[in-house]
Amino acid sequence: MAIRERLSGNEAIAIAMKQINPDVVAAFPITPSTEIPQYFSNYVADGVVETEFVAVESEHSAMSACVGAQAAGGRAMTATSANGLGLMWEVLYIAACSRLPIVMACVNRTMSGPLNIHNDHSDSMGARDSGWIQLYSENNQEAYDNMLMAHRIGEHPDVVLPVMVCQDGFITSHAIENLELVEDDKVKAFVGEYNPEDYLLNKDNPISVGPLDLQGHTFEHKRQQAQAMMNAKKVILEVSEEFYKLTGRKYELFEEYMTDDAEVVAVILNSTAGTAKYVIDQFRAQGKKVGLIKPRVFRPFPVDEIVEALSKFKAIAVLDKADSFNAAGGPLFTDITSAMYAKGVFTPKVVNFIYGIGGRDVRSDDIEVVYNEILNIAATGKVNSVYNYLGVRE
Amino acid sequence: MGKVVEIRWHGRGGQGAKTASLLLADAAFNTGKYIQGFPEYGPERMGAPITAYNRISEEKLTIHSNIYEPDYVVVVDETLLASVPVTSGLKEDGAIIINTTRTPEEVRPVLKGYKGKVCTIDARTISIDTLGKYFPNTPMLGAVVKVSGVMDEKEFLSDMIESFKHKFAKKPEVVDGNIKALERSMQEVKGL
Repeated sequence: MAIRERLSGNEAIAIAMKQINPDVVAAFPITPSTEIPQYFSNYVADGVVETEFVAVESEHSAMSACVGAQAAGGRAMTATSANGLGLMWEVLYIAACSRLPIVMACVNRTMSGPLNIHNDHSDSMGARDSGWIQLYSENNQEAYDNMLMAHRIGEHPDVVLPVMVCQDGFITSHAIENLELVEDDKVKAFVGEYNPEDYLLNKDNPISVGPLDLQGHTFEHKRQQAQAMMNAKKVILEVSEEFYKLTGRKYELFEEYMTDDAEVVAVILNSTAGTAKYVIDQFRAQGKKVGLIKPRVFRPFPVDEIVEALSKFKAIAVLDKADSFNAAGGPLFTDITSAMYAKGVFTPKVVNFIYGIGGRDVRSDDIEVVYNEILNIAATGKVNSVYNYLGVRE
Repeated sequence: MGKVVEIRWHGRGGQGAKTASLLLADAAFNTGKYIQGFPEYGPERMGAPITAYNRISEEKLTIHSNIYEPDYVVVVDETLLASVPVTSGLKEDGAIIINTTRTPEEVRPVLKGYKGKVCTIDARTISIDTLGKYFPNTPMLGAVVKVSGVMDEKEFLSDMIESFKHKFAKKPEVVDGNIKALERSMQEVKGL
């Protein structure tokens, strides 16, 4: 029997980590993810986990400690947000290229400046090219579930890459909601033991990790890393299928909501996708054929699948909670439009809305503006503006 | 879509408005409902105005935004009436519940023309009588359950007894006081 609970997103992640019982957690506190290592260090102090908790002096050290622990042969986890993720920057790349399947809870917060503790996706979007798998979570349930699946995905022999589980800072991290937990023994059996092929503490097969790697091999190593990311898609689906059998909760590369007969869709990550579902239900009651595509997996980017799903619509709004400052559109928008171009799909009109930056509350009214705009585009075929800021004061 | 009850709390940092909203979410959760409880974080400092929110529903909640048209507003500190637009968006068929020694008739003139139900509760006196100190959140919780009818009163009280026993396992002497505070506020809230 699943356990009916009500928890904040941070509590849900901390409980997932307790159930996973990793060898090492190294973390440095930063709002809004601070509660995760705070709750977890209680579990360590109470002896309910066997984890070595390393209270480091910075996020650079947190990720470095995770690299060391994972390379030694252990499971390492951390949690961070915003500038904490920024301070981990160079080590993120080292973790990925060293093929260390570290798992991180990223509680999305805007990168300073201006100084602001609230939510947008500029932190994890900035790390999108670091070689980490990125899973996004609409609510506390999804954050918890993604965390339970993260090790199975990252540690799979065809993948061996670090995984970042993202959720919206404050909006879900500090909101109490209903969710269902999986029993401890079932999580333990699902996550399984970590048996890396090569690791530093294996005296029978000594290796080096992170040596100098110049023109002769780096290129090939990066190619292998790219292959691992390509392989990850299949593994994510396999692990999700197994998780579905365990819990009855279905996860794919992205979720489609009311898309079967939809004329227009919005593409939205994380918590605002839930607000869009609320708006869709109201629009549907008025006979308006609107739907939602909610990417769960942003890295690897599910190019084939998402283009196939999007190709049938008349108009698409891609919502970005971060700007690329390329003067043309946000990161999700540019990935989607380039995927469509590469696959030869030119029919749907695609527009971009930058929204909710710095924690600006995203109201159902805002989402109504988006759907009305794409319904108008579908009806007239005319696009007034491709790159838009939603609800900003000009 | 089923009826969603939306509640907005206004308090000052340190008074427990956030805790009260989480307690309400807990109580509603324990009676089988889908709930959300979340504060709006701003500059966090003692005494600054803070807002917290609850959604309570028979069906799964997906919306993730603040509440602009609440069914009920709870004002934990009446000095906020002068500085915060507490009735903003409040539905006329809902109610506002204010912690004050004044009567609903005395308070209504400062509510900027709000035509719905005005309820008042003297949470300070109840808290000091039952708990010996000023903790307004327990009496305010009792009042909001009474006024909103969002859950069965008996079910709520029996559930809260268990919650308080668990929460105050190391301080059992405050359990009775908290229950008394709930019962009294449910009896004494004015303007029903």
